[in-house]
Amino acid sequence: MPVLEVQHLEKHFGQTKVLEDISFSLDQGKALAVIGSSGSGKTTLLRCLNFLETPDRGRILVKGEPLFDAQDTSALSEEAIRQKRLHFGLVFQNFNLFPQYTALENVVLAVKLRQPDKSKWTGIEAQGLELLSRMGLSDRSGHYPHQLSGGQQQRVAIARALALQPDVLCFDEPTSALDPELTGEVLKVIRSLAEQNTTMIIVTHEMAFARDVADEVIFMDSGSIIEQGPAREVINSPRAERTRQFLSRYEAG
Amino acid sequence: MFLTVVGALNQGFLQTLKLFTVTLLGAIPLGLVVSFGSMSRFTPLRWLTRALIWVIRGTPLMLQLIILYYIPGKLLGFSPWGTGESGRFLASAIAFIINYACYFSEIYRGGIQGVPAGQQEAGLVLGMTRREIFFKITLLQMIKRIVPPMSNEVITLVKDTSLARIISFQEVIWAGQAFLKTSHGYSGLLWPLFFTGVYYLVFNGVVTLLLSRLERRLDYFK
Repeated sequence: MPVLEVQHLEKHFGQTKVLEDISFSLDQGKALAVIGSSGSGKTTLLRCLNFLETPDRGRILVKGEPLFDAQDTSALSEEAIRQKRLHFGLVFQNFNLFPQYTALENVVLAVKLRQPDKSKWTGIEAQGLELLSRMGLSDRSGHYPHQLSGGQQQRVAIARALALQPDVLCFDEPTSALDPELTGEVLKVIRSLAEQNTTMIIVTHEMAFARDVADEVIFMDSGSIIEQGPAREVINSPRAERTRQFLSRYEAG
Repeated sequence: MFLTVVGALNQGFLQTLKLFTVTLLGAIPLGLVVSFGSMSRFTPLRWLTRALIWVIRGTPLMLQLIILYYIPGKLLGFSPWGTGESGRFLASAIAFIINYACYFSEIYRGGIQGVPAGQQEAGLVLGMTRREIFFKITLLQMIKRIVPPMSNEVITLVKDTSLARIISFQEVIWAGQAFLKTSHGYSGLLWPLFFTGVYYLVFNGVVTLLLSRLERRLDYFK
């Protein structure tokens, strides 16, 4: 059974249709890359999954349980949404680390807030340190965000999202705010997560990375899915004309 | 003579200090409530709050003091403030707290809205409640942003306390001016009034030092 099923998702901003009939499913331990030009709706899709936007139509199911159904939004209290959000993690393009907290505090803050029993906080901190060392940041746990490079900040943000053990970890162009030198270290971390069978959705402009790391690829254009399939197949030999056009620009430059 | 004057001025300054402290203690939290009102998603409350801010910031504090102190007495037939110095202090404190809460609320609003939306979204996707997001994430970033404009307001407040003199609250300027008329057996003394300036200067020096120290303490993050 798939971990995530998205059925006929649709989203408008006023008159503009941002998402149209988006359907796909994602199996446990698989990585899905979402590619497409800017404004194609990739980010909005991730924001819908994380309940930062409310879709106008469609359903979202996690492990068979309907999390969201546009036909039945009356039941969505703020508290209910908060619980549902925890099925997903989101890593932002601009990291959005909390500047007043150290790397470790960023990672454990939300976990601690969910654990009123303070005697368990030592364990939470140990797990936080463990996550940071998996990100190659054991020596940076006491640093504040402004003391870290962009790549390091993004790796802290990944650890922070992992700390809540989401079913599906979403990345919204995780390397777009980084220079090429720092991009590599972040991609390396995401690659190792894929090797450990983390279920992920990665919105990215790094085509080679999508091809090598993702299992599946979705190509989006103007809010619709144009093509989806195994990553290697879609990126190496796209069937749709629009996908070919899009990918050829990457090969050219 | 000098000691007599300084003694009287000290007494007045103690009242100034009292009004200053009570105003800050009241207006700092009340300003936060007002700022929430002015940002409320409930439109009538938002407009009501903004209208209040407009009236309070748009009219002189001195006028507000006079209205608050005298009008209730005229309407009710008796003064709700009681008699004497304690009544004048109570009325002054309330007028000052309301006035300064409105100014503070606009500074807070700027500070809160200046925190990037991504901070709140990061909190949301981590399953935090709005309350947790405000107290654990937004608040400190807001405080850091508002220290410089708040310093300005606090320094203004030190001097504005002298306005309470209009309803005969016996603060330091009142005490200084008393020597111009007849007080402690002296009359026609001009210098005590000027000398009150020294009190304001020294006190504002201390306030400035404390606030810049707070600013430095928040320097550990950016």
